[in-house]
Amino acid sequence: MGSEHRVGGKIITFGENVNTDVIIPGRYLVSIDPAELAEHAFEPLGPETQARLRASDVVVAGRNFGCGSAREQAATCLIGAGIKAVVAASFSRVFFRNAINTGLVAVESPAAAEAAADGGEMWVDYDAGTVEVGGQTFPFSPYPQVLREIMADGGLIPHLMASFAGGKQ
Amino acid sequence: MTAKTFAQKAIERASGVADLVPGQIVDAFPDLYMSHTASWRCIRTLEKMGVEELYDVNRVAMVMDHLSPAMNAKTAADHALCREFAQKMGVKNFFDVNSGIAHIVLMEHGLVRPGQFIIGTDSHSTIYGALGAFGTGVGFSEITAAWVTGKLWVKVPESVRIVIDGDLAPGVYAKDIMLKLIGDLGADGLTYESVEFSGSYVEGMSVSERMTFCNLAMEMGAKNAFVAPDDTTLAYLDEAGVPRDELDILLPDEGATYRATVRLDGPTLAPQIAVPHTVDNVVGVGDVAGTKLDQVFIGSCANAKYDDLVIAADVLAGHRVAPGLRLIVTPASAKIMAQASDSGVLTKLIQAGAMITNPGCGACAGNGGAMADGETTLSTANRNFQGRMGSYDSKIFLSSPATAAASAIRGVITDPREIVATAVVA
Repeated sequence: MGSEHRVGGKIITFGENVNTDVIIPGRYLVSIDPAELAEHAFEPLGPETQARLRASDVVVAGRNFGCGSAREQAATCLIGAGIKAVVAASFSRVFFRNAINTGLVAVESPAAAEAAADGGEMWVDYDAGTVEVGGQTFPFSPYPQVLREIMADGGLIPHLMASFAGGKQ
Repeated sequence: MTAKTFAQKAIERASGVADLVPGQIVDAFPDLYMSHTASWRCIRTLEKMGVEELYDVNRVAMVMDHLSPAMNAKTAADHALCREFAQKMGVKNFFDVNSGIAHIVLMEHGLVRPGQFIIGTDSHSTIYGALGAFGTGVGFSEITAAWVTGKLWVKVPESVRIVIDGDLAPGVYAKDIMLKLIGDLGADGLTYESVEFSGSYVEGMSVSERMTFCNLAMEMGAKNAFVAPDDTTLAYLDEAGVPRDELDILLPDEGATYRATVRLDGPTLAPQIAVPHTVDNVVGVGDVAGTKLDQVFIGSCANAKYDDLVIAADVLAGHRVAPGLRLIVTPASAKIMAQASDSGVLTKLIQAGAMITNPGCGACAGNGGAMADGETTLSTANRNFQGRMGSYDSKIFLSSPATAAASAIRGVITDPREIVATAVVA
């Protein structure tokens, strides 16, 4: 407890192949404001899902979460909705990059995703490489160094700005 | 020295790091950074960073394709911001709303070359493999970072070979092969993999067909896709004005290590169709024949090149679009539209009842061609996700231009071989 790398809370679960058009429909890409985007997160799944999303902290999903578009807003809208981490059996390549680059914790763990119950609790420590859920702890390979540095600064752009401020490239 | 895949060679060239192995993360310096409708977000991010100098403005390419022409004051202002930025910074490769879809426009203008490493704010940037380049999609923050630092972190992927031998039966096209592969391998079947296409069918493909292949490889999760440059590639590059002495062709080594090899026999394939709401929900067209359609869309970076329009026009020749069905045709680029105009293909389409819209992403990006509740579209695009084209309570099927055109005639999903078989043979 208490680690700055430890995030989590209430779980909302989704199935497999959740695509970017469902996470944030293309018509809302005219905004980059996380709060505004969050208003429309998962809109195709209806208001009940949207309300539960806003009351949750961790998105848990099956295989290939975030497949589809390269739209970075698919990660941003979750941050805007108050989501602290996404734990999935697997991610689409671009969604995973966008999550890291926007400072959203994204962890691949089929076992943890399997053990998660909708409405339960999950905690992720991305430095230690553990997911705690349902009284069990699941290890995952910690991020490579370059990704840890980006996460520690809160995303790619803040990371670059911190680099400039530190006089390094 | 160990034999290398195309991806290993391309990332070694872009990073300057030798002897890379899959899984390794390095900084690569892309040759080109493409941003489309996301460009304004990159500019706003750059402003936030307070950075005014770009790493290499000549590597920046901006194409206004997803919302063209502007739909409202907000998108018009976004376009205006991009125009002003391009002017101020000296971005030579700026293509405005009249140009077409970014990927196609860049290739037509000689900005995509074999062996290059190219990133774009669009997942279908895998398409650049049609000319032997390493193309991959990234978010707008990453393009912005590349504008400033010239680099991005990249993981060296494993590679998979897809070998397609033999010719296709009449009425069957490159799109059908890709739908079949996506259906068989799954929407995440090749996640994070570099895909190398080969085989006798692939060697005989036009550059347009190679674009369809490399574009759709993304729908299996591929990081990039590749067809080895050959005489067909060189002829295309000649036309695009690329000097041959500037080419740096990279080919995979004989004996390179592949995670898997997938084989597909061309002659046995029948027309395929992706059923709502996932791209890998693929069946033979016959399985869903007769499904009522409200709209047919021939467009997108997957299938709105010149040869796609010719195929559709040939199927539609002598027919009319079914009463009550909307056929929307959106050429991929201004060049393709002009060519289709000169050759009479546009006239044929219009006479059959098609509505021609301006070059660009059009209905695939949700800009025009939206559906009402309960409606169904058959599209030649690359995605059939719920709500992508209007109502969340509407459906998208995906097919080749031939299947789309045949279905437009009947108003229901139709195997194109039925229409072609009944046509009067000249």
